[in-house]
Amino acid sequence: MKASLGIKLEGAASIDGLTLFAPIALDIRPNQWTCLLGPSGVGKSTVLRLIADLKTYVDFDGTITTSDGQPLTDRVAYMAQSDLLFPWLSVAENVSIGARLRGEKPDGKRVLDMVSRVGLSGHDTKKPAALSGGQRQRVALARTLMENRPVILLDEPFSALDAKTRAEMQELTFALLKERTVLLVTHDPAEAARLAHIGYIMQPQGLIPMEMPETPPVRPIDDPLTIACQTALFRVLRKGAA
Amino acid sequence: MTWKHGILSAFVLVAAWQLLVIITGVPSFILPPPMKVAKAMWFYHALIAENAWVTTQEVLLGMIIGSVLGILTALHLATSRTARAILRPILVFSQAVPVFALAPILVLWFGYGIWSKIVMAVLIIYFPVTSAFFDGLMKTPAGYLDLAKTMGASRARTLWHIRFKSALPSLGSGLRLAAVYAPIGAVIGEWVGASKGLGYLMLLANGRVKIDLMFATLIVLAVLTVCLHLAVDILARKLAKDH
Repeated sequence: MKASLGIKLEGAASIDGLTLFAPIALDIRPNQWTCLLGPSGVGKSTVLRLIADLKTYVDFDGTITTSDGQPLTDRVAYMAQSDLLFPWLSVAENVSIGARLRGEKPDGKRVLDMVSRVGLSGHDTKKPAALSGGQRQRVALARTLMENRPVILLDEPFSALDAKTRAEMQELTFALLKERTVLLVTHDPAEAARLAHIGYIMQPQGLIPMEMPETPPVRPIDDPLTIACQTALFRVLRKGAA
Repeated sequence: MTWKHGILSAFVLVAAWQLLVIITGVPSFILPPPMKVAKAMWFYHALIAENAWVTTQEVLLGMIIGSVLGILTALHLATSRTARAILRPILVFSQAVPVFALAPILVLWFGYGIWSKIVMAVLIIYFPVTSAFFDGLMKTPAGYLDLAKTMGASRARTLWHIRFKSALPSLGSGLRLAAVYAPIGAVIGEWVGASKGLGYLMLLANGRVKIDLMFATLIVLAVLTVCLHLAVDILARKLAKDH
């Protein structure tokens, strides 16, 4: 793995002159999980897409800087709400698609290692259609790990899963991406309360820093501190919407 | 549709045909009874087979050449903005010219042999194949392209591994249409000017009032078209597998 990398995003975004979000300063610290919590439509995915250098429909007026001054190109991995698995490829082929898209030879042994790390040993020749939603998202996680990038951008990757699978995936993902610089975008206060080292609530007016529990993530779902944090986050979310 | 259904509906069709002949008492130079057509088919089987082989070649070559050209055009359109700006209006405009009206010109240019018919079949299937595959190439789910971008994929590899693969079911739809149109193109070409082929044989039989032979030829043509349709259907299913 490459050296730890931090990212700072400063600026505002607008669509056809209408403000999407006011000037914000988002500090994504190296090797920590930074969580961006907010209601739908507030532009949190846009923030993530700006960092990933993906197409957005906004005019962004600001800067994105890295702690080492180098561009982010080829140093981020991206995981979305939809697993984005290719239905015509097997699990192993999906995990190694990045190498083939770059014209490199996939490392078969590493692929199988990643598949086993997400708990899907023996499923490597199956097609995604033969897997459950939770298993598919595990494959997407293995694919993300396979890329071995210092920065991981997670755009609500657990929101389409059922409660039990979601809790399991949160734990597994955190365990496997513990040492990376992670930006997690979510609309779920419970998820933010469990996973964030540093958290922000995003509103059209800007970012509100969140107070996170002292305990390190991943926090138990039923811990009083987690629940208190979740409740506090929820209150700010509600107030922001009013 | 299973084989049993196919055989059953063929049987129903022949029975209705026979019934129609009996009830209306229509003379056999207008509508020959099934048995007479069957006899003609047996009597002329060498002649029919020879001409069927010519038409089959025309249709198959037309299918292959037209599909390859259509696929290449669609890929070119999907990857080049300039090509879209220039080629698309031409393509649409070309569809305003009835291909049937071109048949005499094609025979003039490419002669009485099989090539004028192949060109005719190519022209008639080129647009449906191009259009269907191009639509598929332009409808790649945006998330796939986002993923490819963060992975540092080149344009060419994104085209091959993602856009091409996800457009294969659309290509299958285009090929299904082509399988219906290609025989029409070939036969029209034969009507306009040919010395071989099922279309030519139909005209010949018609001119000599051999209506039973004409019907026999027509049935063979229909069977060939159905076989082509079934074969292409299998291929299209393969293309859409796992999608």
